Order: sequence, then structure tokens, then C-alpha cells
Amino acid sequence: MSIDAATVRHIARLARLAVSDDELAPIAGELNGVLGLADQLAAAQIDGVAPMAHPHEEMLAFRTDAVTEPDRADAFLALAPDARGGLYLVPKVLE
Amino acid sequence: MSSSIAQLAQTLRERNTSAVQLTRDAFAAAKASHADLNALVTIDEAGALAAAERADAALANGSPSALAGIPFVHKDIFCTNGLRTTCASRMLEHFVPPYDATVVEKLAAVAAVSIGKANMDEFAMGSSTENSFFGATKNPWDAARVPGGSSGGSAAAVAAGIVPYATGTDTGGSIRQPAAFCGITGLKPTYGRVSRFGMIAYASSLDCGGVLARSAADCAHVLAAIAGHDGRDATSADRVVDDYAGTLAKPLQGLRIGVAREYFGAGVAAGVGAAVHAALKEYEKLGAALVEISLPSAALAIPAYYVIAPAEASSNLARYDGVRYGYAAKEPKSLEDLYTRTRAEGFGAEVKRRILVGTYALSAGYYDAYYLRAQRVRRLIANDFSAAFKSVDLIAGPTTPTVAFKIGEKTSDPLAMYAEDVNTVAVNLAGLPAISLPAGFSEGLPVGLQLIAPAFAESALLNAAHQFQLATDWHLRTPGGVQ
Repeated sequence: MSIDAATVRHIARLARLAVSDDELAPIAGELNGVLGLADQLAAAQIDGVAPMAHPHEEMLAFRTDAVTEPDRADAFLALAPDARGGLYLVPKVLE
Repeated sequence: MSSSIAQLAQTLRERNTSAVQLTRDAFAAAKASHADLNALVTIDEAGALAAAERADAALANGSPSALAGIPFVHKDIFCTNGLRTTCASRMLEHFVPPYDATVVEKLAAVAAVSIGKANMDEFAMGSSTENSFFGATKNPWDAARVPGGSSGGSAAAVAAGIVPYATGTDTGGSIRQPAAFCGITGLKPTYGRVSRFGMIAYASSLDCGGVLARSAADCAHVLAAIAGHDGRDATSADRVVDDYAGTLAKPLQGLRIGVAREYFGAGVAAGVGAAVHAALKEYEKLGAALVEISLPSAALAIPAYYVIAPAEASSNLARYDGVRYGYAAKEPKSLEDLYTRTRAEGFGAEVKRRILVGTYALSAGYYDAYYLRAQRVRRLIANDFSAAFKSVDLIAGPTTPTVAFKIGEKTSDPLAMYAEDVNTVAVNLAGLPAISLPAGFSEGLPVGLQLIAPAFAESALLNAAHQFQLATDWHLRTPGGVQ
């Protein structure tokens, strides 16, 4: 599976990364290199092998259903590039 | 300072020095080496001096902790309340967290004194600390070479004698490989042994906090302080923390060390292989038995890792959107423009590469071929270890295939950089603990021996490493100029 400029544009859109036209070809080359590495997985004998998502799959953590975090909305909103009246501000999405 | 934690703790208790004095010494060493090494991105003089004064008071009141009053640095991936935490990224250049990571809280609770934050590869993605927004860190043994990565600033700070230990994180080798390159000891605990709360996420099923120090005994003291269950991290292990320092003295008679032939493949430099074989001979002298073993799926670890880690990274790093915190692109024309330019301008090349690879591996039509297949291979790799540990107690091999490479040597070839992780990534995929310890030199540069243990057997690892360090002095060698 080879990645071309159109595919890079598509993935970059999914990842919300701005990519200029000049960058498309070099990125395609790099991604083909990394995916060439990943293609070595095709040779693995994995019939009947269950996927492993996590080192401690059997672990399911329970905790008391209680509020442990105080309301620190102001401390977190203070980190925002733009916030007013207790809300994060973003560019207008509806005209 | 090249003294051990135990020596410093004793000097403090005998009142031959103070925490404030040690902290001032660490500042002086950090500043003197800054232009040469670029090991730290932030020095927190005010915060450290205040912590040192509290430590001196705690020591006067008989504080029992071996770490009380001793300076150290945190990798700049651990959130520090009120002190900027950058992950060496433009995205977080001015980010000041409103809370402490659990590791930060735990070390502060025993009156350890953090003097600042160590340089690293951006978002822990890299094997050389060249991918830092703040510039590359250099290897104290040879400033033309990399210190390894991603915890390269932590490793350089310890090797250069700025501090006796540093925190680090290891997702695919990021503690062990820089420890090997800088001639120090680096411990990656079992996944879940150390809380990830407040540790900025890269690949959540692999990320693991740990420690870099001169010796295994020093690592034991630090691990004891940072390990433990944390209700704020759902993947934190609810298990008793062992007495790591208390079991260091056990003789190694009868210990079975598996020597994995796959870890001595064609890519391993002759000098590295020779130093590691000599170290294994030393283990035989100490009473251990060497058993040749095979980990048949070892060659698949790099391909599996470079699918799984980018996939998790692409998801974790979706949070950097220019809205809630961190860098934001100027004058966005739309919400989409804000997202895409913030991320294009805020992330460096390697981070973007991994986000794109991960996004592709998870995208419709490719998920089964890449992500799901990599997860099945992950189980094969974990099964290899389980099978091997039926007949051996530890597994040994070179931490890295080569000694530290030159700055710039691999920056234009991502695959060559990824190949650095050939002997380390499988351990993360399986979630096991491992340690890299100084095992000699090749071409005048340090070589690391990696020991791997079954899950939660950190005591066995530290014991085996400590006994080796009682019999050898590789861990006491320091680069020129270190006092």
C-alpha cells in the first residue's frame, strides 16, 4: 500500500494538521518508509492470536463513586488562549 | 556531584552539608554545563531553595527518607504546579500546569529537592533528544554525540554530575537507551507500577515513569518513593510496593539469566557485544547461570511498536487544539484553520510524522492491516517473554546495538533512528520492568547491559544490578571534568 500526495492530504485533514503543497511529496516518502516497516507485520503468524491492547488486560479498576476534584474551572480557563465569562472562545462556526 | 544517594543522605544527617548547600552546588553545576550540554530547559531557583529550606527543617526533625534534601531534576514531561512544563514542544512552551503529577507530589512529600526540568525529545518521541524545541542535549562523554532519548536531558544531567538522579519516562526505551549512552543506570519499572497521573501522555498503554541514577542502589531508593497505587490513574497497579533497598544484598547464587540470541543480531556493534559478553562472564563469577534462550518474535517488535505507539499518540495528541491550553495560531480564519495551523505550527517534524502514521493506521480500511495486526503481534511478543520466564529469572542483552551516535547522524533518516530501539521496545509492548546498567566501554564510550524481569520483579532486577555494581566499577566512571 503506497501513500501518495492525495492520501497525505486526506490523513492530514483527519489529523487536523495543516500541510502545504510543497510538503506533500516529502511526507508521502517518509510515511511510505515507516509503513514499509509496518508491512513486515504481514509475515507474522497471527491466526487465532487475540489482539493485546494493554499490558494488564485483566485489570479493571473500581473506585468509590464520589467527587474528589474541587471546582477549579477558573484555574483551567486561565490557561486558555482566549476565554471569557467562564467559556472557551473559538472562531465563529455559524454566520 | 558524583556521590551516591546514601553518601549524600549520610553527609546531610551528619550536618556536614545542608540541603540548601547541595541545591546551590547543583545550580552552579547546571549553569556551568549549560552551554556545553543543554541538559535542562528550566532551572527553578526560587522553588528549589524554598524546598531545600523545608528539607533542612525536615532533616533537623529526623526525616527518615534517603532522598530528603537531595537535589534532582524531573524530565519536563511531569506536570509541576506553577512551574512551566513544556514536553520540549513549542505547543507547551508557556504551559504552566495548575497541578502536580503524582510522581512530583511523591518526591516532594519525602522532601526531595527538584532543581528544574530536564530536556527531552518533543513529547518523548525520539531516541536522541535532538527533537527538542529547545535544541539538542549533548552527551557529557563527547559533546559531538547524542545523549540518547527521549530522557536525554535527565541522563546527561546525572552523567555530568549536576544531580545524583533524575526522573524519566520510557515508552520504547526512553530511560534505558539514554542511560546506556551516558554510562549511568536507568530503571523502567513494570507498566502500572508508577502512576501516570500528570505525566504528559504519548502512548498510554506503553508510557512508564522511572528513574535514571548512577547506581542500582540509588534507583532502588527513588523507585521506593515514586511507586505505588494511585486512584487518579486507572491503570496504576494496586499491589504492595516491595522493599527494593532491603533486598539488594541477596547473593546471586543460582540465578538463571537467559541470554537472548536475538539481542545479539547483526546490527550489534562488535565492541558493544564484547562488553556485554564480558559483563555476563562477571555474572557467572557471581554465581549466576547463563542459559541461551530465544525470543522468536523479537524482530517484529519494532514494526509493532511503530504502529501501536503512533496510533496511541495520534489519539492522545488530538487534545492540542489551540482552544484550551498551549500554543494557538494567530488570527484564525475559522475553527478548522485554528486547529490545523495550531498543530502545524506547534508540533515539530517527528511528532507530526507519528501523528500522521498513527492516523493512517487507525483510518477506515487500514485499521485491520496495521493496528489490529500490530496488537496481535504484541501478544506474540508478550508470549515469548512468558515462555522464557518459565526457565530463567532474568533476560540479558545489550541495551542498544551501538554506542552513542553523532549529533545529526540519523536526523534525516527516521528508520535508522527507530532501529536504535531494537532491543528495548519489546519490553514496553509486554509491560515488563527492565534496567540498563553500565557494562564497559567501546570506542571510549559507555555500553549498557539490559536486564529484563517478569512483571513486578523490580526487586530481582535491582538486586542483580547491585551485585554486579559491587563487583565492577563501570557505574563509577565519569566523563572528564565531573567532580
